[in-house]
Amino acid sequence: MRLRHGAFSYLPELTDEEISAQVRYALLNGWPISIEYTDDPHPRNIYWEMWGLPLFDLDEPDGALAEINACRATFPDHYIRVLAYDASLGRQTTALHFLVQRPAQEPGFLLTRTEGQDRRQSYAVHSYSTANARPENGARS
Amino acid sequence: MVDPTAKDRWDPGVQSYASMGYYAPDYQPKDTDILAVFRVTPQPGVDPIEAAAAVAGESSTATWTVVWTDRLTANSHYQAKCYRVDEVPGRPGEYFAYVAYDIDLFEEGSIANLTSSIIGNVFGFKPLSALRLEDMRIPVAYVKTFQGPPHGIVMEREFLNKFGRPLLGATVKPKLGLSARNYGRVIYEACRGGLDFTKDDENINSQPFMRWRDRFLFGMEGVNKAMADTGEIKGHYLNVTAATLEEMYERAEFAKELGSAVVMIDLTIGFTAMQSMSHWARRSGVLLHLHRAGHSTYTRQKTHGVSFRVLAKWCRLIGVDHLHAGTVVGKLEGDPATTKGYYDTLRDDFIPTTPSNGIFFDQNWASMPGVMPVASGGIHAGQMHQLLDLFGDDVVLQFGGGTIGHPLGIAAGAESNRVALEAVVKARNEGRDLLREGPAVLRRAAENCRPLEVALATWGDVTFDYTSTDAPDAVPTVSL
Repeated sequence: MRLRHGAFSYLPELTDEEISAQVRYALLNGWPISIEYTDDPHPRNIYWEMWGLPLFDLDEPDGALAEINACRATFPDHYIRVLAYDASLGRQTTALHFLVQRPAQEPGFLLTRTEGQDRRQSYAVHSYSTANARPENGARS
Repeated sequence: MVDPTAKDRWDPGVQSYASMGYYAPDYQPKDTDILAVFRVTPQPGVDPIEAAAAVAGESSTATWTVVWTDRLTANSHYQAKCYRVDEVPGRPGEYFAYVAYDIDLFEEGSIANLTSSIIGNVFGFKPLSALRLEDMRIPVAYVKTFQGPPHGIVMEREFLNKFGRPLLGATVKPKLGLSARNYGRVIYEACRGGLDFTKDDENINSQPFMRWRDRFLFGMEGVNKAMADTGEIKGHYLNVTAATLEEMYERAEFAKELGSAVVMIDLTIGFTAMQSMSHWARRSGVLLHLHRAGHSTYTRQKTHGVSFRVLAKWCRLIGVDHLHAGTVVGKLEGDPATTKGYYDTLRDDFIPTTPSNGIFFDQNWASMPGVMPVASGGIHAGQMHQLLDLFGDDVVLQFGGGTIGHPLGIAAGAESNRVALEAVVKARNEGRDLLREGPAVLRRAAENCRPLEVALATWGDVTFDYTSTDAPDAVPTVSL
């Protein structure tokens, strides 16, 4: 399967130049960039692992790209996303996020159904990637 | 200002509304006053000042004759006061009447009460040939008696885990007649193809061809299967509109038990029922979508009724997470400037007076969460750059026909919309001029996406270019 996550997951993979252009857009808006990675792309997995703290005082996209590349080198088979954060009053939330790396093999998800009363089904989505999970820095629970 | 101690003010019989204190040109509205501006069209021969005073009177304390029991009250406190009357630019015989209401006139947190006062009796008043409520200023003191949207734009995005682009939806078509099983198929195909939401139409409730419970079960099968296929949160607006509030609660509870992210109500259920459902949605952690079914019966005509910008304010106070607010480029009524006024009203925290957008007053929402506007009705992928330019990121763009009518199928239709959307968002962020370069951006994106290529070939030239009925009547002023 192909994971759909973030603002550009239906487009061809972004090149580093295209990533830099999006980072520049964020910086022009005053949104700090952060980088996160995971091997569990479950749609309810909100808290991917943080690759360090948000890059609060960045002026140019080059610094972000260096961090992205360092994260890629460390976790070549993980999903990696870039986030831009809008701290302004009334927002105080993520303004943009998009993938910058996917694993070569994307196992996808299993949908399980549990039969209930009155024709009800209880649904659960499971990441195949966590079927034989190895703890990752002990951080994932 | 009329002196309430003057003796002839209380003479029995009929007096002019203006002379009874309902016209007060020297009155300075208080920060806590609720303000309204009406477009008044007096009957021939009726003095506009008297007509405006009558509007203030009939929407507050007055009746047609002097009553001595007014003298048992602090009457002038409870009287609404028309403090300004302007001729409408370019519309002879029409006047903008500004009326101030003391906050004591209204029950806290009740839109039913507010509307019973402001639009209760006065719209049928004989000396007027027509009357329209153009705008209202809701003071912060009154705003704070409401909780507003159960979730709001920011919470919705965090819940859905979707940032940096408009959301995409589609209304299942045909509106009527699909069996529950077929209906769920449309939901599944549209969601797996790339939409965030699908939607029941306003008149899908629980008819003989498809009962609500069956629709909910098959719909959630489609939603969950699409989530597993894509790894994204999906939702279908399950319309819980029913004949009684008890039945709506039953349907909404069932939707919640099935894990639906969102339920839907129609405006036709009434303000009190909407507010009850808003409280239910907050308690239940379920997004609340409002379809403005029926609003055009009173919002569309310029001289009579209630402007949609006022209805939008009431809906933000009542508390809904989504509200249909127009497309400009689609099949339904919508002048660009007027529509911008609606979107600002729903999304922003402070909206300054902007006559060119139909905004007559500063409106401060005091951090009340914003309502996600929904653009729906006759829009297609070929307009994506225009839609993004008009509305920005915080909007749900809904392509019903533009998804389900796609020649390659529903999932292909959904994909074409998603690819078009992402391509124009990416291009905008890169600093490209959407209105000029948008069509080229879409064509370029279509080179990698056959469904988008087909969508552009099918609908690329479709426009609905009619003159708007409801445009602001404002004289542009030169800003220095």
